[in-house]
Amino acid sequence: MAALLEIKGLSAWYGQIRALFDLDLTIEQGGVTALLGANGAGKTTSLRGICNMIRRAGTTIMDGTDISRRTTEDIVRMGVAHVPEGRGTFVALTVEENLRLAFHIRRDRKAAERDMEKVFTYFPRLKERIHQQAGTLSGGEQQMLAVARALMLAPRLMLLDEPSFGLAPLIVQEIFRILRRINEEEKVSMLIVEQNAALALELADHVYLLETGRVVMSGPSEMVKNDETLRKAYLGY
Amino acid sequence: MAAMAQSWATKAGIGKVAMFFWVLLAALPLAGFVTDSPSFDYYMFMGQSMLIYAIAVLGLNLLIGFNGQISLGHSAFFAVGAYTAAILMNFGGVPYWLTLPIAAGVCFGAGFLFGFPALKLEGHYLALATFTLAIAVPQLLKYKAIAGWTGGVGGLLLDKPDPPFGIPLSADQYLYYLCLVVAMVVFWGVFNLLRGRSGRAIMAIRDHGMAAGTMGIDTGLYKTVTFGISAGITGVAGALSAITIAYVAPDSFTLQLSISFLVGLVVGGIASLPGCVIGGAFIVVVQNSSQSISDWMKDTFSLRYDVPAWAIYGTLLLLLMFFLPNGIAGGLAVLRARLGRGSRQS
Amino acid sequence: MDFFIQQIAAGLTNGAIYACVALGLVMIYVSTDHINFAQGEMAMFATYLAWAMIDAGVSYWVAFGATILIAFASGLFIQRVILKPLETAPVLALVVCFIALLSIFNALAGMIWSFTIKQFPSPFPQRDVFGNGLVSVQQIGVVTVTLLMLCLLTVFFRFTTLGLAMRAAAQNATSARLMGVRVSWMLALGWGLASAIGAIAGMLVAPIVFLDPNMMTGILVYGFAGALVGGIANPLGAVAGGFIVGVLENLVGSYIIGNELKLSFALIMVVGVLLLKPAGIFGRVIVKRV
Repeated sequence: MAALLEIKGLSAWYGQIRALFDLDLTIEQGGVTALLGANGAGKTTSLRGICNMIRRAGTTIMDGTDISRRTTEDIVRMGVAHVPEGRGTFVALTVEENLRLAFHIRRDRKAAERDMEKVFTYFPRLKERIHQQAGTLSGGEQQMLAVARALMLAPRLMLLDEPSFGLAPLIVQEIFRILRRINEEEKVSMLIVEQNAALALELADHVYLLETGRVVMSGPSEMVKNDETLRKAYLGY
Repeated sequence: MAAMAQSWATKAGIGKVAMFFWVLLAALPLAGFVTDSPSFDYYMFMGQSMLIYAIAVLGLNLLIGFNGQISLGHSAFFAVGAYTAAILMNFGGVPYWLTLPIAAGVCFGAGFLFGFPALKLEGHYLALATFTLAIAVPQLLKYKAIAGWTGGVGGLLLDKPDPPFGIPLSADQYLYYLCLVVAMVVFWGVFNLLRGRSGRAIMAIRDHGMAAGTMGIDTGLYKTVTFGISAGITGVAGALSAITIAYVAPDSFTLQLSISFLVGLVVGGIASLPGCVIGGAFIVVVQNSSQSISDWMKDTFSLRYDVPAWAIYGTLLLLLMFFLPNGIAGGLAVLRARLGRGSRQS
Repeated sequence: MDFFIQQIAAGLTNGAIYACVALGLVMIYVSTDHINFAQGEMAMFATYLAWAMIDAGVSYWVAFGATILIAFASGLFIQRVILKPLETAPVLALVVCFIALLSIFNALAGMIWSFTIKQFPSPFPQRDVFGNGLVSVQQIGVVTVTLLMLCLLTVFFRFTTLGLAMRAAAQNATSARLMGVRVSWMLALGWGLASAIGAIAGMLVAPIVFLDPNMMTGILVYGFAGALVGGIANPLGAVAGGFIVGVLENLVGSYIIGNELKLSFALIMVVGVLLLKPAGIFGRVIVKRV
């Protein structure tokens, strides 16, 4: 398998404060990579750095193209869909408008219409709420909407920022089941940031462990799952 | 910017420079005894205007620069001050010097009252409300029902006061000193206000209103009182202008006047006391040279019509916002820091 | 009774123009959170361009269309060149900038076309509609153009993906960027539209008040009042607000305070709405983030 995204020496700052130190990370084509670590370890920062949403340094290469200096919008247009922290719902737009926003950057209208139908097969609940204002959806539904919005961009890589945040365990399981299906059926690669390590380890095939802005360990998720000392030390279970 | 304002307001070293500066200003009219230039009185009149604008800009700066409330309506308070003085002198027979504190009080009241609605408004909205005030006031001054007092469209003509006690000064020399003394009193007052506890509260509200509130500062009271003081100071400037020009008319107090205060403020420097004097002088210089600038531009670009002063104001505001956002005083401070103590200061 | 009907008709005509101005203000407010003090002067300047074209022999409707296009382009240009660098500047810097633009456009118009008033042609005849001297074709025309424009804008924002992208960018810029929307260009587009709408307002009002560089000052204040009454974040509300203000202004002017205090009435309305109902009649309260 070839690398879809290659990150070399990614650093990032919030104002004067450096939050990320020389992150090296590779995402395989079709793979699911998890970025784990405690609060403030730099997980969200890494995703923002990839999308050029903050001051950053280092190179990111997407499928052979250097995207380090591209704007966020261009990176998105190249097939990187970022499901942000806090879900980024357009609260005053309807569910349908939230999804249709993707039509703005999609050339192939017919394919986009088909994708919309497909999105509804993954998230039938959104279809039921199609004309509702997105702000009135429940937390779980908004998270589904965020994933669905990203999916509408027909991405090759999805960056997921804590999709389990603040949701009931049953909903979380449902969402992760759907994510697995999306990964398998749509061949979308994923980079997922999670606090809920056990859950992420189920989904991911590769894991990076972050601590205060640096990678402390990386490897196949099987390895981490089976290494009790590692789990206890970094993941707390 | 906040740190800079702090240093301007409190640094002891600036005292000597300021002292020298005021003495220099006080010495200027003495040149009248050695020159017999026929336009000397006119220069004195320009000096009066500069001082008056400096006071008005100071009032505005107290509000915008130090307290963070935006006003585009200070022409209205200037007008209230001018009309208060004019009406008192014309109908009440009140001596001109007594109209100054009265105008200050009336404008303080007006500003305080306008400050109440202003409390609920922030940023753009306050700018919008005061903008409307500036537009509405000239029309209000022309209103027929009060024309008996205001003179309507034609305004009021006043007598220019003569120097008292037979002081051997021309009227314009004397009025210059009047403006200078008033300016010194007002600047000294504001300087002390800002240096003290209230000053720190005023600036804390600008820098972070909510935090100031949680520290026990009554932000509402401070903001309304600051609005009142600011309007009062600008009102004194208005009264002085009525006295020195000996004439008031509604069309002198349009939005353009507010804009020229704003120009003075931005040119001199936001939250800078010396900047107010620089700004005041600058406004008068632009006003006086606008005709020659206009003529020059007409020749150079073969224009058919005059270039209004607005054009200069507007262009200047835009350029300053881009290249010298801290004004001339701010630019000088940076320059001094660079030349003086090298890179350590920055 | 006839007088009353006349006042209502005149009020609706003025209201239509205030509605246009208000709509332009809302357009910029919604996309950038700014209140554009130069909206009136930009409209005035565009109207002068139209006048110059008509004066040079161009037919009215060609000049009308061309002016709208030029206004759109210059709105776009102003946002890209002047306001984009100030995106993160404090409010004061922006207010100063808008005041600067106001002064520059006013002065430019005076420099190029002088401050003497000019007559601006109307595409609508002055003739009565019903032959009883109550409502003129001109008045109907002005109101129709405004409503037509409102319809077009509604269609644009409701049913096109570009309109949707603009709404999304205004609502949540970060999130819009993550959907691939070029947010900064959406703001510029908002400025372009606002400027074009302003130009229409200017060309509609010029035949009524005559053309001069200070033509829009008072109208802008009423536009502000209209936008605030209807809710400054709500286009439909702003149009309704514009009409309400227009009618109120005429009724209050002719029955209560007389025409001399109309601007003071606008001041009272602006301050009153800001104090009592800052979100306007039709607007929702926007909770401020800390």
